[in-house]
Amino acid sequence: MAFFLETLIGGLMAGMLYSLVALGFVLIFKASGVFNFAQGAMVLFAALAMARFSEWIPGWLGVANPIIANILAFIIAALIMFVVAWLIERLVLRHLVNQEGATLLMATLGIAYFLEGVGQTIFGSDIYKIDVGMPKDPVLMLESVFEGGILINKEDFYAALIAAALVAALALFFQKTGTGRALRAVADDHQAAQSIGIPLNRIWVIVWCVAGIVALVAGIIWGSKLGVQFSLATVALRALPVVILGGLTSVPGAIVGGLIIGVGEKLSEVYLGPLVGGGIEIWFAYMLALVFLLFRPQGLFGEKIIDRV
Amino acid sequence: MAREIGDIILDLKGVSLSFGGVKALTDISFDVREHEIRAIIGPNGAGKSSMLNVINGVYRPQEGEIVLRGEHFSKMNPYKAACAGIARTFQNIALFKGMSVLDNIMTGRTLKMKANLLQQAFRLGAAEREELAHRAKVEEIIDFLEIQHIRKTPVGRLPYGLQKRVDLGRALAMEPQILLLDEPMAGMNVEEKQDMSRFILDVNDQFGTTIVLIEHDMGVVMDISDRVVVLDYGKKIGDGTPDEVRANPEVISAYLGASH
Repeated sequence: MAFFLETLIGGLMAGMLYSLVALGFVLIFKASGVFNFAQGAMVLFAALAMARFSEWIPGWLGVANPIIANILAFIIAALIMFVVAWLIERLVLRHLVNQEGATLLMATLGIAYFLEGVGQTIFGSDIYKIDVGMPKDPVLMLESVFEGGILINKEDFYAALIAAALVAALALFFQKTGTGRALRAVADDHQAAQSIGIPLNRIWVIVWCVAGIVALVAGIIWGSKLGVQFSLATVALRALPVVILGGLTSVPGAIVGGLIIGVGEKLSEVYLGPLVGGGIEIWFAYMLALVFLLFRPQGLFGEKIIDRV
Repeated sequence: MAREIGDIILDLKGVSLSFGGVKALTDISFDVREHEIRAIIGPNGAGKSSMLNVINGVYRPQEGEIVLRGEHFSKMNPYKAACAGIARTFQNIALFKGMSVLDNIMTGRTLKMKANLLQQAFRLGAAEREELAHRAKVEEIIDFLEIQHIRKTPVGRLPYGLQKRVDLGRALAMEPQILLLDEPMAGMNVEEKQDMSRFILDVNDQFGTTIVLIEHDMGVVMDISDRVVVLDYGKKIGDGTPDEVRANPEVISAYLGASH
């Protein structure tokens, strides 16, 4: 029982991190109907900026305190992501208003390659580390209930908390504020949104900025776990099944989808793995996504598309 | 009736629009006076929708200009039009399908919202009060259009006639000075058409909104409009009161045509 719980909690925490990356996809898709293939590249770009600035700042300013250096680096990285968002709107999206979804998808593919290239040109292509002072040591919990207690990784625990807070804040923002409503309106119909005076360009800049911040937080968390390297850009690919599972248009879907996949991966690896020789963790998410595509293509929480004939 | 037709509020001068080699509109001029109901009619493909899209800034005409309250607009766009007090509805309803009726109509208040993003995000006093005030206004519109019973329903699930009404509600939420209606009665049954006519007349009468509407069904239009412009093949062939237009031989031949 204790072992099962430990696996379950481990899965939930890993799932929260998937949710965070998936959220980036959902935000942009909801607000602009664009499937943003560049989300992974944005995670990498933001993490690179964060890693390098936190390394450079102590030298430039002579501040030895790592907390101050990290905060400054975070602010600078966030500002850089805002500039990236603004440039994407200005140079790419603005010229593609009312275009087909496939056209916009191709445009984001281009943005992805561009960001990966430029990011590594500016910030370098080695493996860098981000150290925001996350505790690395595991703790034992519930020792009185179970013999031996449950082992929990503190770093994962804090990361999951941060992710959960961010996800909750964004969900509220979308549902409860006027700007959130305008964002949803733009997602549904560009032309109608413009005709009631929703400034399309500003909405796009806002949503890409938010997605940039989400990418930055995801980049910091994943980066401090795995190190900042090119493979971070592929983290987004692991969030793809989450989006399919939860539905592209649903913020709660991204959360629940992430948790299901996180837990599913861990439990199947531990309990089914020995039967088939292991390695389930790698393909489990994609299998689940495939099953969903066959039987419930709109995902768990997505809006069902009904076309009037 | 209390309303009084005022001065010219919208003046279109020599508007020509073409798509590649296809001429959609050729040298069209007409004006719209304050508080009037002005109809644009014509057979299919006459350029009615193009005309509306020019006023609203969706299409930019190659020639001609739009004068709105004495101000010249050579480059109109939908956002500018909205800021200038022009609202519109769509022929193929363009509501936000995933959202409820209430939220759809609330989006019409966007331009009236003053609270900034930070105030909204943290639900500060000003943003909260503002949201409530807008909500009250929207409830008034919902009462006016008699759609209280479907306030919380996602619009995608509503029957066609009601969706058209919500579309009108969203435009009304902008408290526009000029309301453009693109075939408000297309695809409706007789009862729905009567309801819609009544709402259009009430909007005009109670709020004093100037209305420009496009219609294909001549009967209804003649009953509710003050003045009518008739288009055929992108050209203006008639302009005047419903009676004058009905007596115009060119209009009669366009509609009834010798060959029909």
